[in-house]
Amino acid sequence: MDYATLLQVLDSTLRLATPLLLACLAGLFSERAGIFDIGLEGKMLIAGMASGAAAALSGSVWIGLMAGIGASMMLAAIHGVASITFRGNQLISGVALNFVASGATVLIAQSLFSQGGRTPPLSGAARFNPIELPFTEAIKSVPFIGPFYADVLSGHSALVYAALLAVPVTWWVLYRTRFGLRLRAVGENPESVDTAGVSVIRLRYTAVAITGLLCGLAGAYMATGLQAGFGREMTAGRGYIALAALIFAKWRPWYALWATLLFGFLQALALRPDVIERSFGVAIPVPALDALPYILTVIVLAGFVGRAIPPRAGGQPYVKER
Amino acid sequence: MNPAQDTGRQETAAPAIELRGISKAFGPVQANKDISIRVMPGTIHGIIGENGAGKSTLMSILYGFYKADAGEIIIHGRPTQIPDSQAAIRAGIGMVFQHFKLVQNFTVLENIILGVEEGALLRPSLSKARDSLKHLAEEYELDVDPDARIEELSVGHQQRVEILKALYRQADILILDEPTGVLTPAEADHLFRILDNLRAQGKTIILITHKLREIMEITDTVSVMRRGEMTATVKTAETSPEQLAELMVGRKVLLHVPKGPANPGATVLEIENLRVVDQDKVERIKGIGLTIRAGEILGIAGVSGNGQSELLQVLGGYCRATGSVKINGQEIDLTGKHSDGQSRRARGIAHVPEDRHHHGLVLDFAAWENMIFGYHNAPEYQKNALVMDNAGIVEKTEGAMERFDVRPPIPGLPAKSFSGGNQQKIVLAREIERNPDLLLVGQPTRGVDIGAIEFIHKRIVELRDAGKAVLLVSVELDEILSLSDRIAVMFDGRIMGERLPAETNERELGLMMAGVTGSGEAA
Repeated sequence: MDYATLLQVLDSTLRLATPLLLACLAGLFSERAGIFDIGLEGKMLIAGMASGAAAALSGSVWIGLMAGIGASMMLAAIHGVASITFRGNQLISGVALNFVASGATVLIAQSLFSQGGRTPPLSGAARFNPIELPFTEAIKSVPFIGPFYADVLSGHSALVYAALLAVPVTWWVLYRTRFGLRLRAVGENPESVDTAGVSVIRLRYTAVAITGLLCGLAGAYMATGLQAGFGREMTAGRGYIALAALIFAKWRPWYALWATLLFGFLQALALRPDVIERSFGVAIPVPALDALPYILTVIVLAGFVGRAIPPRAGGQPYVKER
Repeated sequence: MNPAQDTGRQETAAPAIELRGISKAFGPVQANKDISIRVMPGTIHGIIGENGAGKSTLMSILYGFYKADAGEIIIHGRPTQIPDSQAAIRAGIGMVFQHFKLVQNFTVLENIILGVEEGALLRPSLSKARDSLKHLAEEYELDVDPDARIEELSVGHQQRVEILKALYRQADILILDEPTGVLTPAEADHLFRILDNLRAQGKTIILITHKLREIMEITDTVSVMRRGEMTATVKTAETSPEQLAELMVGRKVLLHVPKGPANPGATVLEIENLRVVDQDKVERIKGIGLTIRAGEILGIAGVSGNGQSELLQVLGGYCRATGSVKINGQEIDLTGKHSDGQSRRARGIAHVPEDRHHHGLVLDFAAWENMIFGYHNAPEYQKNALVMDNAGIVEKTEGAMERFDVRPPIPGLPAKSFSGGNQQKIVLAREIERNPDLLLVGQPTRGVDIGAIEFIHKRIVELRDAGKAVLLVSVELDEILSLSDRIAVMFDGRIMGERLPAETNERELGLMMAGVTGSGEAA
């Protein structure tokens, strides 16, 4: 694989990793607070549909983004009510919301646009367009680093940079702020938070809301950045891949970045079967390449990659005992 | 009537805490009935009572977990509303729970500032806490490494973190709920020194316990609770353990079961070079040897987690091991297909497990069903080849319940509806009634009331006098000392030595339990 090709693959790695990273960080906030969320997929999907539809109708990608975040947070709120207030089973609530999202997105898109469950193709201000980073022209001629900066780092949409920025921000919030301390505590031992006189319920709702926000970004990016419009089941299991990455990352923000980049890289490879054929001299069928990220997901979820210790209170509704 | 005005002037005379007419009901159960109590500042006040007597409910009301149906709380002469824990903390009340409320993978400092951080960023709060922790440590013998993670600390140190948490929140009234249940004797001694220091500095301490010895050792005043009522408050110096036990139970109780000398016969159990490696490849039992003869009680003392549980599980048939175990001279299978609870029982080994809720009973099943588990294939429980003789089993259960004083004597009641003591009597009845050669008993009186303790101890001694061998595992040294004919101490998977109860004391056993050798042979 020559350098230029490698840069191309890395470029698509970054683009493909972005929705995974946003969803993974979304899951991180929720699970660190003790609420398992298998519904990342559904939230991304509904955000994708809402943002695609709103952007198409209004012609503004920002209105689309807001609509996506709103839709995703609505599902998050339902998950919160089911699992925090009513102490329901978090897995079942998540699965149910995925089904709702899967059906509702197609239904709404079809009744709005009658284009077979898709939203109309977006262009211009209705999409997130590439941003050229400063100094790209100046650095471009520097050997090795220059092309990397110009071709891999520069030229992505705002949400890609937002996702990358979200990693240090998440780390900082989690480990350097009062909110982060309480959030981590409530996922480990909610009683310690409760006896300290802090509301377990409010903390968990806040975490779930952040999850909704980040999933909204992820879904909106899918429909208005990565692609030009929403299509039926367009998230294609990315919510589950993000969950696998979260486990792989042991619920830590920086690891989440590396884990999602790895998944993104596998997805990018699947787009370039010619590269593999040239590098290794064997032609791997495209469906097999497509399956790679999912195979890695299964391997991670089956616990082959070290033992990851989830937040101790994860999945358990908090019931005040005497 | 506003006591704040007339007593506020003379602050030295105002009680640190005064409760007046506190009542609390949960549905039909009256957990607290018209309770009044005065705790003077700078004293240690004990509250003693059996399980379910209402001690914890009362303290939960004081800490804002529950709202009392009626009554007043007066703190330092000021009537105070305590709707939540935050209000309790503001009123200067700190609580050390029986089950610590610590975040295991946080550092000590992080646990201490949780909920009382100064501002949205952590750094200033952490350095402030680090400073005041240094002062508290010097003042009260409360030293812990501020940067250690909780999961790395011993239980005793974790408890100190809980105390530090309360002191950091400016508590001047400290409530400790059964604080010594999880401690070694040495750790308990250290705790009492800390409490002594706190009292000397003018802090007020409420100590909730069911251990009479602790009450006698450290408190100034003691209140006794029974069935939701406060039955008496007395000066500790003017009472005795016997009197307190009687106040708790409502009748005279024998604190030590009288027993004659043992008449050991033939060897029943012989263990050689027993080893257990758990699933994480950690060696839990490191090659031990023990013998028990007929008509003898061997007590195993030790802090929990030093291999005693595994020993019981191996003998009970649900833990794999290597080495040799002989019962009545015949080797038993430690790994193969004859290594399970039923085969062990068939060989005359009965087992009263440590964890009665998980291994001793099926809580949702009726008492009569629980009465046959492990023996359910015995021919006398079968009507024919297909159907069990349920009516017969119920009838037999009625008899056993009567002989073992299980209350209420209703075979159809699910096991979970019985109190801890009566659940234990059900397990004991099941195991003893089958007339085993060897009885394994783990923590026979954990979570059991004083009255039932007396009964259970009596039955164990009776079994010994009937010429059976008994292996007793308990973390309660009192229990080990009063029941055993010989005592072996386990530490870190090894037997630290054997002692005769008449020739040893709690101090020596406590040292052996902490792994201190030097005094005596190691087996």
